[in-house]
Amino acid sequence: MEPHVHTKKCQEVLSRLSDYLNVDLPPDACAEIDAHLAGCPPCVEFAESLQKTVEICRRYRPAELPAPIGQEAREQLLEAYRRMLDARRTRGA
Amino acid sequence: MIGCQALERDEEIELARQLIDGEPAAFDRFVEHFRAKIFHYSWMMCRNREDAEEVAQEALLKVFEHFDQLREPGRVRSWVFRIAKNACLTKRRRSVFAPPREHSFDEFLPSMGHDGGRLKLQIADWSRLPDGPMLQAEMRDAVEQAIGELPDGHRSVLLLRGVEELSTEETAQTLDLPVDVVKTRLHRARLAVRKKLDEFLRTEVLAVKE
Repeated sequence: MEPHVHTKKCQEVLSRLSDYLNVDLPPDACAEIDAHLAGCPPCVEFAESLQKTVEICRRYRPAELPAPIGQEAREQLLEAYRRMLDARRTRGA
Repeated sequence: MIGCQALERDEEIELARQLIDGEPAAFDRFVEHFRAKIFHYSWMMCRNREDAEEVAQEALLKVFEHFDQLREPGRVRSWVFRIAKNACLTKRRRSVFAPPREHSFDEFLPSMGHDGGRLKLQIADWSRLPDGPMLQAEMRDAVEQAIGELPDGHRSVLLLRGVEELSTEETAQTLDLPVDVVKTRLHRARLAVRKKLDEFLRTEVLAVKE
């Protein structure tokens, strides 16, 4: 792709892209960005790449997985849960 | 995820509701689901497997000890992550002190060169993201590396808001941050990951094509 002449307006738009993509901007600010994107294909391309990044992050899960929980650790958690229920019953009684 | 079917948010809420009602049948499913989530978060924050497993256990212990304090089952995910975040911070304080870093916005914008007061923008071709399993794994590694290189404050925001899909407000409450700070950090973190993926697309994908 040919280098694009990138203006301060482009810079301003890029600085607000996450809010724009999250639909988290007031309508007039959205309209302003829409107007800029309509005449600036490289900014559209950048916005699309950021949108894809958002989707990739959403789908991302680390390759690292926890080892299966051991019996002792499970019992410790279950015991904490039972203690909490008992304490609540005692308070309610 | 292997061995752990990811639950939708409404299923999480239902499990939380059952546990609040004292139905232990939901216990194992809840543990399996949130243990993996807390492990992933803390592994990305601590980058140490042993620490991440300990954080998962310590956080779940606190979750069950205080389950009656969860007033709204609909907030179970952010409540659990708030506990996990605190467990992670405690663990990190005990190990290595990592000074906080802030990223400037400009360093994540595409490669630019000054040209008579204007700037040039170059972007890799994102029209075809890798679809083969090997390239997808490489891309995941690139994402992981990018997230791993973020300052702690940006990484935790991206993991909670961008990966775990907490709302902006939930992320702010979980991390004790103002909403505006969450938004700023989220944007910078996304830009950093985008930049890493852009570099990946310029090198790895082109290398495969040749």
